[in-house]
Amino acid sequence: MPDPMRIRATAQPDGVDVRVLMSHEMETGQRRDSGGTLVPAHHITNVTVMHAGKVVLSAEWGPAVSKNPYMQFKFQGGKKGDEITVTWLDNKGETRTDKAVIN
Amino acid sequence: MKTSRRRFTQATSVFSLLAAAGLVPAHAQQPGWNKAAFEAKSMNDALKALGGAGVAESKDIAITAPDIAENGAVVPVGVASKIPNTQAVYILVEKNPNWLAAGFNIPQGTEANVATRIKMGQTSNVLALVKANNQFFVATKEVKVTLGGCGG
Repeated sequence: MPDPMRIRATAQPDGVDVRVLMSHEMETGQRRDSGGTLVPAHHITNVTVMHAGKVVLSAEWGPAVSKNPYMQFKFQGGKKGDEITVTWLDNKGETRTDKAVIN
Repeated sequence: MKTSRRRFTQATSVFSLLAAAGLVPAHAQQPGWNKAAFEAKSMNDALKALGGAGVAESKDIAITAPDIAENGAVVPVGVASKIPNTQAVYILVEKNPNWLAAGFNIPQGTEANVATRIKMGQTSNVLALVKANNQFFVATKEVKVTLGGCGG
């Protein structure tokens, strides 16, 4: 089971600020290991953030997003106490969903 | 055996979650991933794969990134678009093996202002491509890299 994401969602006057730190190798598929073999690509391809049944952000990522990806954005319509969920899916079909409460 | 059964359950449950969210077309196995765009080796290829015909430079796109990145494996990049009806924001790195690093879809009610961290192989222009009103706009910023971040 992949490691949990760290999510911080803060209600501000102009919207809910969301910061997410994910745990993922984000292997490009271009790196060689110490034996000289190409390490296969293993990276997040899709990220979806939901609030109240609505997608507030969706993203498609390539392997050039850094290892242990960080993402920040802001959306309107959320308030303190609401829940958001963040889901990522990678090119091997592995996935992770974590929730956070807006504070 | 246990691992693959667990993976199957996980994949199925995320599939149901995404299907319930209306994100997965009936025939698809997983949400879309624009392979052609992520394999683009030029601005024109990326633009074509993203459904654009032409692109115009815009002063309403702000790229926040260091002038000099010490570690090319982790370069913080932010893009803020003031163009009305921004639908999506894409981050491209000119000198990376594949130009497109990330794309963010901006639904109504979400600010067209995203930040992430990307890998840069060497000093290069970072381009922010914005899709707004089904048209494409671009802004560029050069980021110098002292230690390349593509590994090897």
